[in-house]
Amino acid sequence: MRYQQIALYILKKIGKLITLIVAVSILSFTLISLSPIDPVQSYIGADMTRVGPEQRENIAEYWGLNESKVQQFLNWGSHLLQGDLGTSLLYRSPVATIIAERFLASLALMGLAWVFSGLFGFLLGSIAGMKEGTWIDRIIKGYCYTLASTPAFWLGLLLVMIFSVSLGWFPVGLGTPAGVLAGDVSLFERLRHLFLPALTLSIVSVANVALHTRQKLIEVLESDYVLYANAKGEHGFTLFRRHGVRNIALPAISLHFASFGELFGGAVLAEQVFSYPGLGQAVVQAGLGGDIPLLLGIVLFMTIFVFLGNLIADTLYKVIDPRIRKGDF
Amino acid sequence: MKGIMKRGNLRQLTIAQIVAAILFLLLIIISGFLIGNDKLAIHLDMKNTAPSIAHPFGTDWLGRDMLVRTLKGLTISLGVGLLAAILSSLIALAFSLIASWNKRMDAFITWLIDLFLSVPHLVLLILISFAVGGGFKGVVIGLSLTHWPSLTRLLRGEMLQIKSAEYVGISRQLGKSRWWIARHHLIAHLLPQLFVGMVLLFPHAILHEAAITFLGFGLSTEQPAIGIVLSESMRYLSTGMWWLAFFPGLSLLIMVGIFDILGKNMRKLIDPFHGQKG
Repeated sequence: MRYQQIALYILKKIGKLITLIVAVSILSFTLISLSPIDPVQSYIGADMTRVGPEQRENIAEYWGLNESKVQQFLNWGSHLLQGDLGTSLLYRSPVATIIAERFLASLALMGLAWVFSGLFGFLLGSIAGMKEGTWIDRIIKGYCYTLASTPAFWLGLLLVMIFSVSLGWFPVGLGTPAGVLAGDVSLFERLRHLFLPALTLSIVSVANVALHTRQKLIEVLESDYVLYANAKGEHGFTLFRRHGVRNIALPAISLHFASFGELFGGAVLAEQVFSYPGLGQAVVQAGLGGDIPLLLGIVLFMTIFVFLGNLIADTLYKVIDPRIRKGDF
Repeated sequence: MKGIMKRGNLRQLTIAQIVAAILFLLLIIISGFLIGNDKLAIHLDMKNTAPSIAHPFGTDWLGRDMLVRTLKGLTISLGVGLLAAILSSLIALAFSLIASWNKRMDAFITWLIDLFLSVPHLVLLILISFAVGGGFKGVVIGLSLTHWPSLTRLLRGEMLQIKSAEYVGISRQLGKSRWWIARHHLIAHLLPQLFVGMVLLFPHAILHEAAITFLGFGLSTEQPAIGIVLSESMRYLSTGMWWLAFFPGLSLLIMVGIFDILGKNMRKLIDPFHGQKG
């Protein structure tokens, strides 16, 4: 009975993922085919004058641009099903390779920021919630609300100005030092280049977790069982450890998993400010340079990434919280 | 100050905050409109000066006054944000009314919300801006088409509650048409929520506008939007000209913050039960 439920749950989620991917492919392909940007022109780029009309016609023919939009979509879709995402126009190599390579760089950035902002946000939120209404709560709340209206890229610019230009502690940009082969870069150098983008992304992501945790903790502290614990003489950290943490940890973790989309949005901006060679920078270049295969590939890839985050959040609730598990799996 | 605080109750304080926020925003808009393009003229003899009394925000590499550029940029960003927030709210209202039609429509709208939320917001903006071909139109369409899901979800929940109310049932029994019910019961109740939701959409819309313009997808470089000002300043950072990025960004932060305060206070006033919680 139990295994059946689990199997059903997995099947349901897989079905959802498939419909999602199909819908996102259709949506993004439709959007791109609406674009007035001519793919042949963006492919040729600066060599425009040296390419005659016949050659352009040949390129269009070779790419199948003369076929109907539906046929083009079906061509792309059938290649996609075989795992072929096409070739990037900007980088002149398979899209799948570029995404894999770039995603690793982005993953280091996002992972670091994700873990740090989660821990720090939870800590801040817990302190604010326990001390609700005091000056420390006000400071934390004010800090979070200010962060929520701070443009992420501006924060990045500020950090560059302070730490790179004025103090000179960290490099201005790029993932590795210029003029050094990628294989020769030491781990220390990599971390040094990673630090500022990761810090930017962490600072921006803290607000959400902290405010949510604070809200949940206040709710918990108003409950009857906390009142009873108070009556028994529990207070301060002991009370928090026994009754607070368990009740607020799960929502916070789930929320944090469900925020992969925003995390990537922040990463796009941070990577742009620091010229960090990640997936965010690639999607911007693909969009500006008219690199359709790469753009479509990244959209699909990020959709799956966000879906995984939501899936983990959803599953965590079911696995850990027995109240939710009991109802329907 | 303390005497006033003591005398005013929460309602009066809320209204005072709303008025102050609106006045401040009006100040930005009016100053942005009053400043002619001649103030943006190039003065090469005064380029790259640090903030002073004559130029509180300093001047850029062409000698243009940064305070003027910032105010102009804020006005443009405000206009784009306003337009996008209104359009987004209208989409949200339309979708929540469609969702009220029947179960199937409701499921469809819910699915659509999930679909839009499952692609990272910024990536979707890039995609739409690419589809439209960039520029002002691209930004407005992109922002309007991506900010409705959360508001729609809120309105849909509210709408479901109203739909099950007794007076709606009585109207239905009396043979009123769906459209009549939608107009007299649903929209009438959704309007305050919609209005507050719209004001709270501004900060998001403006920040996303600045971000997408900063990335190079948005407004063209001739329009001195805040995103453009900041992305241009990026090239001069390593020369130590910190004022180019610091003041415009700070002004944007303050404007967004004021919109947030405005929206939250309006919610407190219109919807006291939910407003008090956050």
